[in-house]
Amino acid sequence: MTIAISVNNLGKQYKIGAAETKFRYNMLRDVIVDTVSAPIRLAKAIIGKSDRRLNQNFVWALKDVSFDLEEGKVLGIVGRNGAGKSTLLKILSRVTEPTTGTVSVRGRVGSLLEVGTGFHPELTGRENIYMNGAILGMKRNEIDKKFDEMVEFSEVGQFIDTPVKRYSSGMYLRLAFAVAAHLEPEILVVDEVLAVGDAEFQRKCLGKMNDVAQQGRTVLFVSHNMSAILRLTQEAIVLNKGQLLKRAPTPEAVDFYLSSGQAESGERVWDVEDVPAASAPFRPVAIRIKERGGKVVDTVRSTEPVTIEWEYQLDLPVTGLRVGMYLNTMRGEHVFTAFDTDDAKQFEQFGTRQAGRYVSRCEIPADFFNEGRYYLGVNASSFGVKRYFMDENAISFNVDISGAPGTQWPEIRQGPIRPRLNWKIEKID
Amino acid sequence: MTELTKPQPTTIYIKPSKGLAALNLRDLWVYRELVFFMVWRDVKVKYKQTLLGMAWAVIQPVMTMLVFTFLFDRVAKLPTDGIPYPVFAFTALLPWGLFVTALNQGSRSLVAHNNMVTKIYFPRLILPMSSVFAGLVDFAIAFVILVILMFYYQVTPAWNLFWTLPLFLLLAIVTALGVALWLSAINVQYRDVNQALPFLTQFWLFATPVAYSSSVISEKWQILYSLNPMAGVVNGFRWALLGTGNGPDTTLWVSVGISILIFITGLFYFRSMEKTFADTI
Repeated sequence: MTIAISVNNLGKQYKIGAAETKFRYNMLRDVIVDTVSAPIRLAKAIIGKSDRRLNQNFVWALKDVSFDLEEGKVLGIVGRNGAGKSTLLKILSRVTEPTTGTVSVRGRVGSLLEVGTGFHPELTGRENIYMNGAILGMKRNEIDKKFDEMVEFSEVGQFIDTPVKRYSSGMYLRLAFAVAAHLEPEILVVDEVLAVGDAEFQRKCLGKMNDVAQQGRTVLFVSHNMSAILRLTQEAIVLNKGQLLKRAPTPEAVDFYLSSGQAESGERVWDVEDVPAASAPFRPVAIRIKERGGKVVDTVRSTEPVTIEWEYQLDLPVTGLRVGMYLNTMRGEHVFTAFDTDDAKQFEQFGTRQAGRYVSRCEIPADFFNEGRYYLGVNASSFGVKRYFMDENAISFNVDISGAPGTQWPEIRQGPIRPRLNWKIEKID
Repeated sequence: MTELTKPQPTTIYIKPSKGLAALNLRDLWVYRELVFFMVWRDVKVKYKQTLLGMAWAVIQPVMTMLVFTFLFDRVAKLPTDGIPYPVFAFTALLPWGLFVTALNQGSRSLVAHNNMVTKIYFPRLILPMSSVFAGLVDFAIAFVILVILMFYYQVTPAWNLFWTLPLFLLLAIVTALGVALWLSAINVQYRDVNQALPFLTQFWLFATPVAYSSSVISEKWQILYSLNPMAGVVNGFRWALLGTGNGPDTTLWVSVGISILIFITGLFYFRSMEKTFADTI
């Protein structure tokens, strides 16, 4: 068997924490001094002698990762958010360069992430197919040959000479997907977490991935959905904090991942070394998603209320603190933002919180969520003073909609919420 | 589709690039069709949903020429080496227009296409390159106007223009691409470039003999003046088309030298920053 992908001691380091300087200005004097010295700073930065580099932190998004993958195999990649999955895929598709180590890749790498890249709204469907094909690395005669197939696949037939800005979003996505799907790369990487589009579209992506695997090509598949990983891959690797923890047949790897406590288990615990020093005196301890009975769960029912609980430690008294969350859908749509002191009376009562251990808890009512996966971000700040801690991707959970309004019809309902509205039907004539 | 007809897949080695990265011109060659498509797209999209369409490529330099004629010929009465002022100005506005478009579009090209940069691999050089080449179409259209103007004012060009003019055009492209390489790479990390571009273009216009003749600059400042490679380009265009000035002399070679220096250093700076584009953009 030939080796399709060979990864050796791969590492990728990112800079973080450059943004802190923004919160430094308290005085006009600082602003003026900073503005006057700005040109010198710019010149220094360009020739690479930036003094900023000193207070920058580095993190290893990937460290010492090595594995070989034979041609025609489908490999699953699991790990929690920030484990390095997407970084690995980005290096394999050559979007970003590794800091250490080497990779050799045999053949063209395609990813379903590229869908629609380079599409221009003013160009027609036909023109965009050629443009997009060229960006994905296809030769013109290759596009000519597959053109009819792509048009047929996209079902936009009669609108092919209409500018794509007049397309519906569904048509746009289908056309974009048609081009990416006909690239026929030797290696396909699929990052389900980042895949855009509705449930129907995601099903299409997975279907395409399955086809590719059937044809004996190599596939790398990243997902948080363990059942999809189990169904589509024979082998999987587990990443944690940039390191490869395990490589095993999929059932074993998934089992390891779920039982080692790093899975999305409805609870996120922050170790001391996970919390940046800058967040002091605030220290997050854990966040939990609980069902009605008080059990910590990864999947909640939309017909029942959900409790979200954030435990944290204050090492010093803090004035004006608000602790809260952002809720987003898997597609990145923002659903709401809420803080524990949103209520003015509550804010007065907890004007200053003494040092100690706290829990801020809230209940999201029943009949709120629609089907799908939701991401919860957390934020602890004193408004206008300081943002102590923020993690836009603290935890995620699934929502099961059995019994929710409208589930008697097997159709997909758009939108992040699925309320039970008080319908009245009257006969008026 | 038989698997037999397919060429064997090539193996790509991905590793951290060290020091001054190799230029990797082979990849640029592999992706040459993309350059064509990007230029084609830029040209196609530029005048979409405008009433006057391609006419803008004519209107812009002609209007500038008319304003210059009024200000510098009628009001200020600048010397033009015996050439009718409209032809004198338009000859310079051609390469200047190409340079300004290339500089502005090229410097913003990476940031403008950040979704491509963060999602897929292709030689990043393609973006500033195709922005610069896209300006050539406007140049060609405006060139037709120049020919008409020359007929009207009965200015006869020297016959060696068939080989001198392309060389000066090349010099303009190399200069524009060199500056665009520097600025586009810096722009990825420091958006200050966006702010600086409008007045950079304006200053550069004053430092270039577009509205006036370089013969108004006194002898001892000529060498310093020619450190601006666009001065060499504009004087070269005038010399090739209208026969003014001395033709190639020391000042021209200084301009050519500076232009090549900017281009080569720009190429290496761009390549050395390229690996961080997707992370910092």
